[in-house]
Amino acid sequence: MNNHAWLLLGLFMAALLLLVRPLGIYIARVMMMENHATLVSRFEVAVFRACGFQRDEDMGWLKYALALLLFNALGLLAVYSLQRLQLWLPLNPQGMVNVSPDSAFNTAVSFVTNTNWQGYGGESTMGYLVQMLGLTVQNFLSAATGIAVAIALIRGFARHSNAGIGNAWADLFRATTWILLPLSLVFALFLASQGVIQNLDAYQELTTLEVTKYDNPRLDTDGQPLKDDKGNAVTEPATTPTQTLPMGPVASQEAIKMLGTNGGGFFNANSSHPFENPTPLVNFLQMLSIFLIPGALCIAFGCIVGDERQGWTLLAAMALLFVTFAIAAIGFEQEGNPLLAQVGVGETTSVSTTALTDGNMEGKETRFGIADSALFATITTAASCGAVNSMHDSFTPLGGAVPLVMIQLGEVVFGGVGSGLYGMLIFAVLAVFIAGLMIGRTPEYLGKKIESHEMKMTSIAILATPLLVLVGTAIAVMTEAGRAGIANPGAHGFAEILYALSSAANNNGSAFAGLSVNTPFYNGLLATAMWFGRFAVIVPVLAMAGSLAAKKRIFVTAGTLPTHGPLFVTLLIGVVLLVGLLNYVPALALGPLIEHLVLWSAH
Amino acid sequence: MKTLLRPAISLFVLLSLVTGVLYPFLVTGVARIAFPAAAGGSLIIKDGQPIGSALIGQNFSDPKYFWGRPSATAPQPYNAAASSGSNQGPLNPALADAVKGRVEALHAADPGNQRPIPIDLVTASASGLDPHISPAAADYQAERVARARHLETKAVRQLVAANTEGRDLGVFGEARVHVLRLNLALDALAP
Repeated sequence: MNNHAWLLLGLFMAALLLLVRPLGIYIARVMMMENHATLVSRFEVAVFRACGFQRDEDMGWLKYALALLLFNALGLLAVYSLQRLQLWLPLNPQGMVNVSPDSAFNTAVSFVTNTNWQGYGGESTMGYLVQMLGLTVQNFLSAATGIAVAIALIRGFARHSNAGIGNAWADLFRATTWILLPLSLVFALFLASQGVIQNLDAYQELTTLEVTKYDNPRLDTDGQPLKDDKGNAVTEPATTPTQTLPMGPVASQEAIKMLGTNGGGFFNANSSHPFENPTPLVNFLQMLSIFLIPGALCIAFGCIVGDERQGWTLLAAMALLFVTFAIAAIGFEQEGNPLLAQVGVGETTSVSTTALTDGNMEGKETRFGIADSALFATITTAASCGAVNSMHDSFTPLGGAVPLVMIQLGEVVFGGVGSGLYGMLIFAVLAVFIAGLMIGRTPEYLGKKIESHEMKMTSIAILATPLLVLVGTAIAVMTEAGRAGIANPGAHGFAEILYALSSAANNNGSAFAGLSVNTPFYNGLLATAMWFGRFAVIVPVLAMAGSLAAKKRIFVTAGTLPTHGPLFVTLLIGVVLLVGLLNYVPALALGPLIEHLVLWSAH
Repeated sequence: MKTLLRPAISLFVLLSLVTGVLYPFLVTGVARIAFPAAAGGSLIIKDGQPIGSALIGQNFSDPKYFWGRPSATAPQPYNAAASSGSNQGPLNPALADAVKGRVEALHAADPGNQRPIPIDLVTASASGLDPHISPAAADYQAERVARARHLETKAVRQLVAANTEGRDLGVFGEARVHVLRLNLALDALAP
């Protein structure tokens, strides 16, 4: 890492740590709002009554889980229907055709589960109504679902001898209206001022300075590209004097895409597209906005359980893991691709005072360079965001392994909005359990005994995603339909599949995007991984919240393991790494590790 | 279940209207009034006609123009209606072949230039629409462009400098040269 990269990383962490506490306190206040006298409160009560429920109605964990599932199922139906009917609906100036059933289903699951995996290219598939009323809405509601689950789990710790874990409707409403919406509104307007487009116009065709000459692939009568005897595409020379600029309501979606750790791009190229991410300054704020709410929720957790140190402890474990991996990613990408040096490409420093021309620039934008791209890649995968400002498929083997490993750790290093916190709390419970075994005492966390029911739920929540990833990868590499999607030969092709399943099951959404996934096989497989990767964690987490809330509080004694401070941070990091590595080292060895060895020995 | 259905549907419809209609229309309305150019695509207008966007790169292959980053969009490069990177892995033979081809094209357009080629000039960008190249990549091409336009190299270098911006606020991103603006300035200086 060069000095510039250190400065960038330092500024990022400083800005983040400054922002999380005020926002965390605010989140704790609005989610736990119990004062009936305020204007906001009276407004809420009126809205809730109109929607057919009472604010003070406390739900047991099962009812809470059913409510969330029902709410998300409605989202699934809405996003699917809008895509299947878009040609006949308004706000579709490009006349985008109806999306195929398998792709529409995959995308609906993807956006409802906060994964935002994309098998389609946005600018060539989705009309504006789908983008707004389908996708933007789920950007909000899937994030609100995450916050609701996290708050319900926190209530499990904060309450005692109580049958309920809160009201799902009130939690969803508050997370959307008082947290996500105001932040998005401000951020969207800032983005629009910086060049992120925001309009409902038709695409704009213009005449370029130079006529573009290119080889156009010839199509047969079915519209499929023709191939010659050797399997190469048959092309004919063609020219075009024009360029077509896409348009659309991008800024409003971009803001919640980052703040809600969604990551689904308006355009195919996601946050590397200049209309989504026009300048390095915007890029920096996009990175901050990914970690903002997951970081703040740690503080909100501390506030609600009445001991802020507990929140800072989780945040410290997340921050240390994140910084270590970010340094690795930037370092590997700055090393560059040794094979390209052999074909007469290298650095010249005659005018450049930056290190831009050093390193692996394939799939990266000039304005971001190496450091801002590798840092973004680490952030977007540490959090379950999945936006990309550079193409992870073209990263160096170990540079690309960093995002892959960040995903495989279970999206708990900041993680998704809400899901990162409840994921990390699950690991904290596992950590006190392991520590309890070592010192021979009944494990307890925040005054609650951790017993067999909690450990069963913890095990399900922790093991569900690795199971989906590894079984899914095995199915894909064993079937013709799975192998057909591979774009890069050798170990990298396997890494593409492993990345796709890891990303889907952990609800990240980024990709080694060379893999052709818009096929019925991958649309079905990945949709399954996304749905169960989301709800096979949420349901046990809520079940645990229910049993914790019902328990009596036990008091701290001299024998209680403190769950704050450096010792617990170390223990927590150890548990996260141990579980992650035990699950995935064999698979990683077959992908990025082999590729790394081959690359440097070829050199 | 029945008791859950009414609140689920009412809340879903309410929040959909707020976040999927009210919110994007509000942002569109305010952006239209407050930042019409930025929200409309940062168009560059010449003689009343849009000739490009300040944010989206265009394809250049004539020796008299500065060339931008290679673009992996299909079917033609810099196809703004289908943004995409190459997604070629570091060991993919197709990547080495593509880079070799780009090196040969640069050498063919400027046979005397034996300097090492800046990496961004031979690797595809992430979006395929990158409007910038590094200052090093512009400097590498300055003599070729000057020769093709019968200009002093110094004059061309001055234009490059005028179209170069540093890191945002001195720390974010990288220094870069705006290829379309630079080529427009060249056309204005020596058509």
